[in-house]
Amino acid sequence: MDYLLLQVLNGVQLGLLMFLLAAGLTLTFGIMDLVNLAHGSLYMMGAYIAWMLIGWTDSFVLGALLALPATFLLGVVVEAIVMRRLYVRDHLEQVLATFGLILFFNELVRVIWGPAGKSIAVPAFLNRTVEILPGVPYPAYRFAIIVVGALVAILLAWLVARTRIGMLIRAGASNRRMIGALGVNIELLFTLVFGLGAVFAGLAGLMAAPITSVKIGMGDDILILAFVIIVIGGIGSIKGAFVAAMVVGQIDIVGRAFLPDFLKTFLSASAASSAAPAISQVLIYIVMAGVLVWRPTGLFGQRT
Amino acid sequence: MSLIASLRTPRGLITALLLLVLAVLPLLTQAFDQRYLLSIGTRIVIWAIAAISLNMILGYGGMVSFGHAVFFGIGGYAVGILSHHGVASGFVQWPVAIVAATLWAALVGALSLRTRGLYFIMITLAFAQLVFYVGGGLEAYGADDGLNISRSRFPGLIDMRDKASFYWLCFALLCGTLWFCSRFANARFGLVIRGAKSNELRMMALGFPVFRYRLAAFTLSGAFGGLAGILLANEGAYISPAMMSWVKSGDLIVIVVLGGMGTLFGPLYGTIAFFVLEESLKPLLDLLRKGWGEYWQIVFGPMLVLIALYARGGIDSLFGRRHG
Repeated sequence: MDYLLLQVLNGVQLGLLMFLLAAGLTLTFGIMDLVNLAHGSLYMMGAYIAWMLIGWTDSFVLGALLALPATFLLGVVVEAIVMRRLYVRDHLEQVLATFGLILFFNELVRVIWGPAGKSIAVPAFLNRTVEILPGVPYPAYRFAIIVVGALVAILLAWLVARTRIGMLIRAGASNRRMIGALGVNIELLFTLVFGLGAVFAGLAGLMAAPITSVKIGMGDDILILAFVIIVIGGIGSIKGAFVAAMVVGQIDIVGRAFLPDFLKTFLSASAASSAAPAISQVLIYIVMAGVLVWRPTGLFGQRT
Repeated sequence: MSLIASLRTPRGLITALLLLVLAVLPLLTQAFDQRYLLSIGTRIVIWAIAAISLNMILGYGGMVSFGHAVFFGIGGYAVGILSHHGVASGFVQWPVAIVAATLWAALVGALSLRTRGLYFIMITLAFAQLVFYVGGGLEAYGADDGLNISRSRFPGLIDMRDKASFYWLCFALLCGTLWFCSRFANARFGLVIRGAKSNELRMMALGFPVFRYRLAAFTLSGAFGGLAGILLANEGAYISPAMMSWVKSGDLIVIVVLGGMGTLFGPLYGTIAFFVLEESLKPLLDLLRKGWGEYWQIVFGPMLVLIALYARGGIDSLFGRRHG
C-alpha cells in the first residue's frame, strides 16, 4: 500500500514536470499557431544554464533562481531571431525549422559544455526524507518538485484566468487577428508568451536535473511525450494539458514500477526488465491513439 | 513531353546526367579506388527510395507524416528476425517484410487520417515511437543494441554481399520506385490525392471518397518505405531501433522539402544534397580548425531553418518552372 502511494506520488511529480513543459508548448501552439519542436531544447538549456550558475554561485536555490530569467532571455532571443518569422508559415515549415534548431542546440551544448553529461546535486536542505503520512517517508526533493510544480500550475491557471495578460492570451488563442485589430501589441504578447513557455521549460529541466542527469538530447524524448500530452489534452488547452500530463505521468510510473514484477511471472527476469519500460511507453501511445480515435481534437480541444 | 524533348530542358538534362552517374557509380568508385563512396552511394539510393515514398503522401498529398522512418524499422526487423531464425531466403523475407510494412501503414493510416494538422503530425510520430520502443524492448533481438544479421539470400540470382551487385539492385529498385511514382502522380488516383491537398472539400463535393484515397496512398507509401527498410538492413547487415528513431523521420522530411515537395525527382535531389552536405560539412569544418568537423550539425541546423524560411520550392525549383 505504501509502495503504491509512493509510486502514485512519483507519477504526480513526473506529471507536473511534464505539465510545465507541455504548458509552454500548448500556449505557443494555441496562440501563435506554432509547432515548436525546439521546446525540448529550452528544457535542456534550462538544465545546463542552471548547472553552470549553480557552479558559479555555489547555491542551488540562487543558481536556479538566476537560471529562470536566463532561460526567459534565451526564449526571447530565439523568438526574435527565428520563431517570429515562422508564425505565418505552415506547420511543415515550422517542423523543419525547429527540427534544425534542435540539431543546433544539441551541438551548441556539446561545443560549450562538452559531450559528457553533468549532474546537479540535490541541495543539502532537501537531501532527506519527509513523512508525507505517519511512517511513510518520501524524498524531500521529489516532494519539493511536487510543491513547486503545483504552485506554478496554480499560478498559471490564475494568470490565464484572472489577469489582463491572461485575458489577452485567451483572446489571442481564439482570434489573433481580431485582438491585433483592437490595438493590442500582439508581437509583444507573442514574445512574452514564448518567453514564459521557455521559463516553464527551463524550470522543468533544472528541477528534473538532480533526478535524471543533465545531458545532450535530454529534451528530445521528453518533448515527444509533451507533444503526446498536449495532443491528448487538446492543443491550446491548459486544462487539457494538466489532465493529460497527470494521466501520462501515472501510466509511465506505474508501468515502470509494477510491470516488471507482473512480467516476471511469465518472462525471464532480464527480458521483463527490458520489456517493462518499453511496454509502459507503448501504453502511453496507445492511450493517445485511443483518445484521438474517440475525439480527433483531444479531450479538451476545440471542435472544428 | 517526349523523352528527347525533355532532355533539352535544364531539368531533364541534369536529371539524366544524375541518373547516368548513379547507374555507373560502382565502376567510377572502382576506377578511382574510393570504396567508401560506394557505401555512401548505396545509402543515398536506399534513402531516396524512402524519400520518394514519403513524398507520395507528404509532397503530393500534403499529409505530414512525422513517422516515416518506422518503415525502415519494420522492413528491417522483418528481414532481421526471419534471418535470426534461420530463414535466409530473400524470397520469403522480402514479401513478409513488405506485407508487414503495408499492414502497419494501413492500420496507422486508418487511425491517423481521421485527424488533421498538428494532430496528424503527432499521431504518426506517436505510432512510430510505439514501434521504436517495441524494438528497444525486444530482448531476444538485441533490444536497444540491435542485432547483427546475415544478408538475404537469392541463390543463383544475386550475391548481396558483393557491394557492386547490391548497389545495382538498389539502383534498379530506385528506378522502379521512380517509375511507379511518376505513374502514381499522373494517374487519376494521384490527381485525386493532389486535388485533396489543395482543396479537400471540393474533392469531396465532386464525389471522391477522399479518406479512402488517402488511406490507399498512405498504405502504398508504407510499402515502399518497407522496401527501403529491407535494403537498409541488408546494407549494414544490422538492425537496431536507431533505424527508426524520430530523428530519422525528421531527416526524411528534411530531404523531401530540401529536394522539392511534390516533384518526381525532388526526393532524389534532396537525398543527394543531404548526404553530400553531411559528408562535406565535416571535412570543411575540420579545415577551419581541427576537430570542428564533429560539430557539423551546428551549421546544418541553422541551414535547415533557412531552408524552411526561404527555400520553399526546394532544389527542384532551381531548375526553372516545371512543365506538367
